[in-house]
Amino acid sequence: MSLLSIEGLWKNYRGHSVLRGIDLEVDPHEVVCLIGASGSGKSTLLRCVNLLETADDGTIRLDGEEITDVRIDLNDVRKRMGIVFQAFNLFPHMTVLDNITLAPRKAHGVGRRQAEQQARDLLDRFGLADRAGAYPDQLSGGQQQRVAIIRALATQPRLMLLDEVTSALDPALVKEVLGIIRELKEGGMTMVLTTHEMGFCREIADTVCFLDGGVLLERGTPEQIFTDPREARTREFVQSVIDARRL
Amino acid sequence: MRNDESLRLSDDWTKSDRQLERERLRRRSSLRSGSVATVSTIIVIVLLFWLFTASPGWPRVRETFFDPEQFAKALPDVLSGFLLNIKIFLIAEPLILLVGLLVALARNLTAPVFFPLRALAVVYTDVFRGVPTILIIYLVGFGLPALGLQGTPTDLATLGIIALTLSYGAYVAEVFRAGIESVHPSQRAAARSLGLSHGQTMRHVVVPQAVRRVVPPLLNDFVSLQKDTALVATIGPLEALRQAQIHVAGNFNYTPYLVAALLFILLTIPMARFTDYLAARSQRRRSQ
Repeated sequence: MSLLSIEGLWKNYRGHSVLRGIDLEVDPHEVVCLIGASGSGKSTLLRCVNLLETADDGTIRLDGEEITDVRIDLNDVRKRMGIVFQAFNLFPHMTVLDNITLAPRKAHGVGRRQAEQQARDLLDRFGLADRAGAYPDQLSGGQQQRVAIIRALATQPRLMLLDEVTSALDPALVKEVLGIIRELKEGGMTMVLTTHEMGFCREIADTVCFLDGGVLLERGTPEQIFTDPREARTREFVQSVIDARRL
Repeated sequence: MRNDESLRLSDDWTKSDRQLERERLRRRSSLRSGSVATVSTIIVIVLLFWLFTASPGWPRVRETFFDPEQFAKALPDVLSGFLLNIKIFLIAEPLILLVGLLVALARNLTAPVFFPLRALAVVYTDVFRGVPTILIIYLVGFGLPALGLQGTPTDLATLGIIALTLSYGAYVAEVFRAGIESVHPSQRAAARSLGLSHGQTMRHVVVPQAVRRVVPPLLNDFVSLQKDTALVATIGPLEALRQAQIHVAGNFNYTPYLVAALLFILLTIPMARFTDYLAARSQRRRSQ
């Protein structure tokens, strides 16, 4: 059974349709990469799945349970998935350790000692053990984004949503963040991510989806999408990426 | 990343002649600025002094406002009254912070059950920011005891504290609300996406950041509160202004008012400088 199942998803902003009937299935342990030009609806799709945006039509199911049901407990659904944003959005008034342990302690009822132990294990695993007591503005962009990913992982989510997590970083820092995502895939984490790093997308994705004007135009393996796209629009996009030397 | 090793001042740097010449010119120009500022300040002070003392009514004003004998005579009473002002201020301040924060939080409640609270918070800020503080003091000071309810305070200073809390609570609520709204929505999104509830998000993420930002404007309101404790004189407790009025009425000399004014200035200036210091510090932090 699919872990995440999206059917006929619509989202409108001020009389403008950003998502036009998206269908998408994500299996457990699958890594799905959403590509497409800016404004094609990739980020909106992730925000709808996390229920930060309310869908205007269609259904989203997580583990078979409809999470677009209006009677659902939003907090309960969000506890089962993690989202990481382009701008990190760490809490500036808290140390790295407090950023990571806040949700486990307050939303999941984990004791402070246990939460801190788990956080330190995660920091250790991703090479940030010595930064536990630092504040976000004392970290580089790459470190901040790694902390943001760890913060999302600390609640042990079933599904990770990564929204342009490397776009705000300079090339030298992109590598360390991509390393974490690679490790997550090896650990079997189910992920939906949007990215402009086409080379990385090609390497890590099991499935690539091309979005164009709010429509999921084409879906296939990375090989098929990048070397033999069926749709003319996909071909155009891939060509523009190759021209910009991003692949 | 902070790399302290590479950012350390280099040992093998001796200033070039060009740099030494630059620094010499800078020193000379700052010396000149300093002397210009001193001379112009002296001229302004002399002019102001001459303007006052040369005015036709000056001998009369000096006699009625600047009488050293009256000053010494009024000081003990006005000072003891002033202790009541400080007491009113110290009790009112924490109450105002509490009322302000609670009202600001009430305005941010979204659940339908809380609609009456939210509406009440809006009405409260609208009404109490709209009515002059002195009117609120009259209404509370004379109106509340007139209700004759069991347990209503009759002590005049207590009534004054209630009135000041009601009036300033509305302003402070708006300051807190502005602070809460200045926290970027992405912070809320990040907190909610982790599964925190609205209340937990406010408690742990939004309010701590908001409070840090509004400390300078809050202190500004408190400088203003310190002097507005004198308005309580209108309903009668023997605080500084009231004591000064009594002396003025007894001697037909206005010097006691000057005593009261000086005491208020002595209290508010340290607070004002502290506010400036905090504002400058947060400015420095932001520009780092």
